[in-house]
Amino acid sequence: MTAAQSFQPIDPPRPFALFPEATSTLAGQVDAVYFTMLGLCGLVILLVLALMTYFILRYRRGNLRADRTHRWPRWLRHRLEWVWITLPLLIFIAVFVWGGIVYIRIHSMPADALEIHAIGKQWMWKFQHPGGQREINELHVPVGRPIKLTLASQDVIHSFYVPAFRIKRDVVPGRYHQAWFEATAVGRYHLFCAEYCGTMHSQMRGQIVVLPPQEYADWLRRQELGSSLAAEGAALFRSYGCSGCHGANSSVRAPNLAGIYGRPQPLTGGGTVIVDDAYIRDSILLPQKQVVAGFEPIMPSFAGQIGEDDILKLIAFIKSLAAEQEIQP
Amino acid sequence: MSAIPQTGSYLDSGYSLRSWLLTTDHKRIAWLFLLSLTLFFFLGGTAAALIRLELVTPTGDLVGQDTYNRLFSLHGIIMVWFFLVPSIPATLGNFLVPLMIGARDMAFPRLNLASWYLYIIGGLFTFATVISGGVDTGWTFYTPYSSMFSNTHVVLAIVGVFVVGFSSILTGLNIVVTVHRLRAPGMTWFRLPLFIWSTYATAVIMLLATPVLAMTLLLVALERLLGIGFFDPRLGGDPLLFQHLFWFYSHPAVYIMVLPGMGVVSELMAAFSKKAVFGYTYVAFSSIAIAFLGFLVWGHHMFTAGQSMYGSLAFGLLSFMVSVPSAIKVFNWTMTMRKGTLSFETPMLYALGFIGLFTIGGLTGLFLATMAIDVHVHDTYFVIAHFHYIMVGGMVTAYLGGLHYWWPKITGRLYSERWGQIAAVLMFFGFNLTFFPQFILGYLGMPRRYHSYPDEFQVLHVLSSAGAVVLAFAYLLPLCYLGWSLKYGRRAGSNPWGTTGLEWTTSSPPPKYNFEQIPRVDYGPYRYPIVSGTPPTETRHG
Repeated sequence: MTAAQSFQPIDPPRPFALFPEATSTLAGQVDAVYFTMLGLCGLVILLVLALMTYFILRYRRGNLRADRTHRWPRWLRHRLEWVWITLPLLIFIAVFVWGGIVYIRIHSMPADALEIHAIGKQWMWKFQHPGGQREINELHVPVGRPIKLTLASQDVIHSFYVPAFRIKRDVVPGRYHQAWFEATAVGRYHLFCAEYCGTMHSQMRGQIVVLPPQEYADWLRRQELGSSLAAEGAALFRSYGCSGCHGANSSVRAPNLAGIYGRPQPLTGGGTVIVDDAYIRDSILLPQKQVVAGFEPIMPSFAGQIGEDDILKLIAFIKSLAAEQEIQP
Repeated sequence: MSAIPQTGSYLDSGYSLRSWLLTTDHKRIAWLFLLSLTLFFFLGGTAAALIRLELVTPTGDLVGQDTYNRLFSLHGIIMVWFFLVPSIPATLGNFLVPLMIGARDMAFPRLNLASWYLYIIGGLFTFATVISGGVDTGWTFYTPYSSMFSNTHVVLAIVGVFVVGFSSILTGLNIVVTVHRLRAPGMTWFRLPLFIWSTYATAVIMLLATPVLAMTLLLVALERLLGIGFFDPRLGGDPLLFQHLFWFYSHPAVYIMVLPGMGVVSELMAAFSKKAVFGYTYVAFSSIAIAFLGFLVWGHHMFTAGQSMYGSLAFGLLSFMVSVPSAIKVFNWTMTMRKGTLSFETPMLYALGFIGLFTIGGLTGLFLATMAIDVHVHDTYFVIAHFHYIMVGGMVTAYLGGLHYWWPKITGRLYSERWGQIAAVLMFFGFNLTFFPQFILGYLGMPRRYHSYPDEFQVLHVLSSAGAVVLAFAYLLPLCYLGWSLKYGRRAGSNPWGTTGLEWTTSSPPPKYNFEQIPRVDYGPYRYPIVSGTPPTETRHG
């Protein structure tokens, strides 16, 4: 990838601030944990500093009046140790549990979300809307609706980071990651790549444009519409030659893909796998990894011949196939 | 052991270059490390200065983006492996461990020298990396970027770190065996100064963790050179495997970097409070606890990386646990001052600075272990600020405090107390100005390793860079006045601070074999009399 192929970073204009705006349903929850920690830790540091200051003033060498005898008895000193071991630990563990609960929420995908595919590559973010709309370094989403992102990387590790939403998700090549957010305010927000990814890492930034639902619908309409992801996937299914084996009437014995998405498949050598995005991706790139029971491991690997964006389209296509549908060769 | 007749100090036992380069005297080897570490510190510092200068403006204009990426990689690699890891163990540790336990040298004097040569060979590879164009992976060498994508001299840099790792292992081995085998008669474990406890714990981590780093880096080199797939998914590898292996070393390495500093601060608090350290056994065992727990928390570097959510929960909880022994130390240092007789010479200023800065660094670590917060601030300036509070505010501060405290012992000379205090105070303010704004920047969302950034972050970046100027100036000061004292400083007596510890019972600088007669120890450390009203006599002039 040369510099000429990359895009200029887009920075939505933001005023100077000491605290970031919080414009997702998760942001307020994260901030609440943060402020609690800030309060508790502030208390600890103040306590330590106050004690230090008091001791410095009172027991400085020049202060001859200070009583330096009458030290605490042994039992009191031991008791004190255990107080300052257990008391802060218990309090902080409570905050840890709270932070853990919010963390689990960050990781729990909402069921009714709008699904958008995102691909990180050196050095840009590419987005694919379900209707086939495509964007680079900009993502338009409606306000007040959960958005689920399926993230993939074309090359090295990137990280999808929107500070205003308090979400960050590393995008590790070779696997799919999921993240979600629900924006609570219309506006433009920073999108950063947070994992160092090479020369133009700091240019790999863009913006999330949050629109009112009506404007979002208008925006979708205005986009130069290719066909939907699934339709494009169908075309790819033929051009990559998948249909040669997986299509109806094929002479080669390969699993029928209709209706398999989300269903368990028995595997050669025992066990089953639920067909999801990652399994389909693996089956295209590493077909020998998990072979469906009753089939020969004859499928060639498409690693190195197919990009992450095309794989996502193929997945969209396979997902769209209902059980009874025949795949046309 | 029979008495060894002493003729002059270790500094007088030979003046030729050969007498230094082939020495097996732990005190001279400490000097070799001190000089080479100082060189690397200023090299790494120069890289940091250029980084801060570049970040004064939001656009990347001072250096190109490739240069910038090489600068922060170089800064990290040098500061971590060529300064922080060996800093206290190889200099003060080398010098003081035998003196403090009443031994004549380290257990393996030749290995000790070999450790320095390995350090230098590793350093030469790092120099070669810089001269041939540098490396741009960051000090973390994350795959598959480092193994398959970077066009810079990754293997050369890896060889440097690989080799210097063996220097760590040898120093660690030497310290462990020395503490076990060479303690003077009567010097039981609970009569050891706390500096020995923490250095011992450090040495154990060095021995156990560093080989993992060596293996991991070897795998990266194999993937890069021979295309054997360990980490690149296109070759069937897993990028997260690298992160697990790397942090399995690098999180314990954080404790390699800070534990010795804690040991120094324990000594300084006792010395300048003229009082035993509060809760000796708690402080001693907290070092061991840190060494143990430090191995169980590596996954907290990967909360957003895609490891299992339940794995993250376990690592988060363990990370809260590892903060307990650090908190024990802070509370005990603070209580050490109670009913003491406090004086505020330069080393004490550093020790007090350490407690404040380390506490902030440690508490912000709890923010990062709170997983919901970490998702937001991971890989931002918040993390940068956090670990600089530990590494610079903590470790470098303790290192300089220790260097000032034992300087009269090491050199036999007194430095200018006035200049020492000025530098210590300047450093404290410069440090906070540099790194405090970075906490705010981090929560605002400023990612680390960014060559250019959105405009609204500029004010805080300018503050941080201004602080760096103060800090740079403050770091140059000790170089001047300590150097000056070597020739013009007044002679120090054997115990200029009037403090306890076997190292102060021998002359300054110590004779070649440390003690004419191996001391017999029948008392604990920090035996200061309880004073009532009258201050102890001035033990130091001026």
